[in-house]
This record gives sequence, C-alpha cells and structure tokens, in this order.
Amino acid sequence: MSNTLTAGGSKGRTGDKVFSGLALFAGCLILFVLFCVAAFLLWQALPTFSADPADITGGEGFFSYILPIVIGTLIAAAIALLIATPVGVGVALFISHFAPRRLAQGLGYVVDLLAAIPSVVYGAWGMTVLAPALVPVYEWLAENAGWIPIFEGPASQTGKTMLTAGIVLSVMILPIITSLSREIFLQTPKLHEEAALAMGATRWEMIRMAVFPFARPGVISAVMLGLGRALGETMAVAMVLSGGALMASLIKSGNQTIAAEIALNFPEAFGLRLAELIAAGLVLFLITLAVNMVARWIISRHKEFSGAN
Amino acid sequence: MSQTTSTRSPLRKRSLTKNRLPGWALWAVLAGSVIVGAALSSLAGFHVVTWALFSAVLFVIASYAVTFAVEGRRKAADHLATSLITAAFIVAVLPLISVIWTVLEKGIPGLTYNFLFTSMNGMSGVVDNETVANGTSVLGGAYHAIVGTILITFWATLISVPVGLLTAVYLVEYSKGGALSRGITFFVDVMTGIPSIVAGLFAAAFFGLIFGPSTRTGFVAAVALSVLMIPVVVRSTEEMLKIVPNELREASYALGVRKWRTILKVVVPTAISGIASGVTLAIARVIGETAPILVTAGFVNSINWNVFSGWMTTLPTFIYRQLMNPTSPTNVEPSLQRAWAAALLLIIIVMLLNLVARLIARIFAPKTGR
Repeated sequence: MSNTLTAGGSKGRTGDKVFSGLALFAGCLILFVLFCVAAFLLWQALPTFSADPADITGGEGFFSYILPIVIGTLIAAAIALLIATPVGVGVALFISHFAPRRLAQGLGYVVDLLAAIPSVVYGAWGMTVLAPALVPVYEWLAENAGWIPIFEGPASQTGKTMLTAGIVLSVMILPIITSLSREIFLQTPKLHEEAALAMGATRWEMIRMAVFPFARPGVISAVMLGLGRALGETMAVAMVLSGGALMASLIKSGNQTIAAEIALNFPEAFGLRLAELIAAGLVLFLITLAVNMVARWIISRHKEFSGAN
Repeated sequence: MSQTTSTRSPLRKRSLTKNRLPGWALWAVLAGSVIVGAALSSLAGFHVVTWALFSAVLFVIASYAVTFAVEGRRKAADHLATSLITAAFIVAVLPLISVIWTVLEKGIPGLTYNFLFTSMNGMSGVVDNETVANGTSVLGGAYHAIVGTILITFWATLISVPVGLLTAVYLVEYSKGGALSRGITFFVDVMTGIPSIVAGLFAAAFFGLIFGPSTRTGFVAAVALSVLMIPVVVRSTEEMLKIVPNELREASYALGVRKWRTILKVVVPTAISGIASGVTLAIARVIGETAPILVTAGFVNSINWNVFSGWMTTLPTFIYRQLMNPTSPTNVEPSLQRAWAAALLLIIIVMLLNLVARLIARIFAPKTGR
C-alpha cells in the first residue's frame, strides 16, 4: 500500500513540476514577447538612423520626417480627449447616479455596444456620413471664426479633416472612459453619499463633494487609457483624414498621424522606406508605452481605496 | 413630514414649499424653448439640427434662470448639472444610432447569398462597369474574406488561449507576489495598450527577419493578433481564477490531490464559464482588427485556405479595400455595396460573440454557494 502511494506520489511530483514549469514559461514568454516587440522594431528600424539624411522621405533626415506626424498624432488625440473626457464622464455619471436604477444596466450595455463596433466600421461611417455632414459647419467656422489659426479657411470641401478625425476618435475612446469611470463612480462609499445628502446637499453637490474626490485618480487613469487608444488608433484616421503637411488649421485637408502614415504606406513600402515606417512604429510604441505606464502607475498607487484595477 | 407640519400650522407649510417650482414649470420652459428655438432656427434657414441645438441651449439657459430666480443658486446649479449630464448622454448615443442606422441601411441590400458564398476572384472593374450599365445585381462577394477571418482568428486563438491561461494560472496559483509576478501583471496591463498597428509591425518585422522581408501570410497575422489577444485572456482568466473559493482548493489538497491535478480538475472547471466568456470577448475584440492584418497578411481577391503561405484577406481589410480602392474607379457603387454588406456582417459576428459570451457567463456560472 505504501509502495503504491509513494510510486503515485513521485509520478504526481513530475506532473507538478512540469505544470508549474509550463505556467512559469508562459508568464516569462509574455515578458519575452514584449521585449521582442521593442527589440525587433529597433532592429528593423536601425537602417533609418544610419542612412544618409537626403535618402529619408522629405530629404532632411529622420527627425524632420517624424516630428510633423508626431505632432499630428498628438493633435488628433488632444481633440479626441477634449471631446470625450467631459462627455464620457457625463455619461458615466448619468448611468451611475442619474438614470433610473432599472434603466442603468441596459444603458451600460449600450455603451459596451459602442466599444464592440470594429474600428474600420467607425472609419467607414466617418468618411461617408460624418465628413460630408460637417462640411457646412466647417464653412461656417471658416467664415466666422477664420481669424483663429485653427479655423483658418478655406474649409475642406470633402470634410476629411483633422477635426473630423478627432471627432471619430472621440467616439471610439468614449466607451473606455465611460465604462472605467462608471465602475469607479459606483464604488463611491454609500455612507459618504448619504452623509452628504443628509446634510442637505443637492444631488450635484453630493457628487462634487463625495463622488469626485473619491473617483479622481480612477477618472484620470481612465482618460490616460483613452489617450493611449487614441494615439494608436489607425483605421479611423487613415480613412477619415486626407493627410498632408503639418498645418495649424484643423478644417483643411492636411496633417497626418503616425499610425495612419504606416497603414497607408506600408503595403507598398520596401527597403529604406520600410525601415522608416518601422522606426515610426517604434516611436508610436514608445509614446503609448509611456502613457500606459503612467496610467497604470496612477491606478496602482490608488489601488487600495479606489479599486480601479 | 409636510403633512404633520401642515396640520399644526398652515404657515409652516408655505415656508417649506414656497421656494419650490411647481411640477409643470420645467415642461413649460421646455415647450417655450422649443418654440423659440424653431423661430431662431428659421431665421437662419430652418434645419432640424439647428432647431434641436438652439432649443437645447435655450432650455438649459432658461431653466437655469428660472430655477435661479425661484429656488436659489444651489438648486439652479443642480438643475444645470442634471441637464448637462443628460445632454452628454444624448450626445454619446447619437453617433451609435447613426453608425448602426448607416450600416443597416447600406448593408442590408448587399447581404445576399451570392455575397456570402462567392469570392472576388476574377472581379475586375469591367465586371462592375457592366453591372452598373446593365442594372443587374452586384457580382462578387466576401467568401474569401470570411474564410480568411475564420482561419486567422482560429490560429490567433490557438496561440493565445494556452499562453494566456497558463500565465493566469502562474499568477494566481504559483507566484507568491514576487517581483516576477508583479512584473508580469504590470506588463500585461501595459500590453493591453499596445497600438494594434505596432503589434502588426512586430509580427511583420519578426517574420521578415527570419523568412526574408515582406513575408506576408495568414500565420503572421495570427501572431500579430495573438499579441493583442493574450493580455485580454490573461486579465479575464486571472479575475476568474481569483474568485474561485479557497475552500475548494483546500478540500482537494486534504484528499491528497497534487497541486497540478487540483488546478486542472477543481480550480479551472469551477472558473470555466468565466474563462470561456473572457476568451469569446477577446475573439470579438481581435476579429475586427484591420491595421495589423493590413501589414501582415496583404490582400488578395481569391480564396486561400493555407495560413502558412500566400496572402489572405479578412473582413475588415476587405471593407477597407473596397472603400478606399474601389474595384472599378469609375463606378464605385458595387464596391460600396460590398463594403457595407461586409461591415454589417462583421458587426453581426461581433455582436453574436458578445451575446454568446454573456450567455456562457450566465448559464454555466459556477455555484459558489454565495
């Protein structure tokens, strides 16, 4: 009896070792893959940095090639955030504190639905529905607010501009900001809320005094994650924006983002151009990595009392 | 409460309700602002959009003014916040309705049997020109793209699920909160934020280095998608394994069962519904990815069943190509119809996957006794 027990035991021990080894291997594989992403991009991008500046697109070296599209990426993401942050937080508040209890869950599903629509469909919608619809608005802006550099005319006749791309991006990052903020708003301690209401606060004052202070780090990190998505979003910009040189006006054709630049040029690229695009991808990777790491750091710092993980 | 006070003194009741607007007041303000909004809008050439916009702005301002005058600053601020937040919700729902309406309106005419079961093989601009000239139904479809989508997603799932599952098992069952597990958790979170095009570039660069530049096959695309999919699988599996009650593990250990058998026979089966729904959601997320496919799998018009050689098309890249480079540059309608039909098909697939995930989570939910 003891023989079979020990025999079975040693067999089991091998299984234990193999299984825990496999699990450890899978965990390390993920770290390795992330390292590989950076390493391979760097490896394939190297020719760009050693090449003659005159051979790079634009003819003035990699830095002056990448700078305009980095700025374009930041502009698009900034527009998206400016629109999506107030609306997203508002929708989250509406679902968590304003909507009737029975409706709230269904509304949550609706927002999740918004997140499930593939980006290429948003791109198609942006280029066929939104862009033409915005042409009169842009014309009005160019006429009446043209003295502001960002609304300088003449407005694009197709509506395929940076502002349209920013609006489509804001629709796409809205669900991220909303669903994360909603989770955090719902976790506000009920006692804080009831205490505020019992002191005679109106609903808005209760939200300002009890909900916002509690949820601030979580909302900030939700916005950062939305920013990460907006920076890396490709198809919406590639389809909605007719790109060009960097310019201040948001209602003319022009500007370009890194991700769209890669998607539009990669299929035909070879040799040095390929290396250039991969280098651009590396820059995008580093920017989004930094944004995401800051967001995760904020979350983990406030983990113990916000639960936004 | 007001009733008890009112029986004591009528004056007291008046002081409690004197600063309250009657229930109909805000409706009156709304009606007024809709009428004035219509008037203002017709001044600048009547349009439904400007009408709604003017009415909404007028209502927000007027209701603020009225409540400010009658109920005071604090109540007015509360009303203002309520209207603005409700407005935010309406603004957020509008694009969703518009997207779904557009896809349904333009996609339904093209979603035919012919569309689902023929490829674009041999479909040139000439064919489309004839179709438009003769007014016949659109030829060519997305069969090759459907095949490509299924195969690439299948391989991506095949790579991601074991790796993601084992990583989650390591994080929950084996690691003791050391530096390695904290590092993995952190970088998995960071990985969820990798732009999809960077994942595509990585796979393209990786295979380009091994098999020569511009190696584009379905498998490269599957690797790119699994980079996006693994973190999602890890996160959802980890959450599910964490909520398996410790008593189950301890009961299994007490019976002398080895740790790996406990994990395989007790922990994972308890959490399997959550894991399955997480995996389904991860598939729904990557099936709509366009950019990584564009740089890793190329684009073809014919059916390719082999993921290890030759270019492949998926539904998203099919939509993109049909919209951006119509088959016939002079007559774009057939291409647009195909693109919107494919978009409708893609949305249906994604919604079904989401629905299936919710059903799995609900039907097979473990009975934890809580």
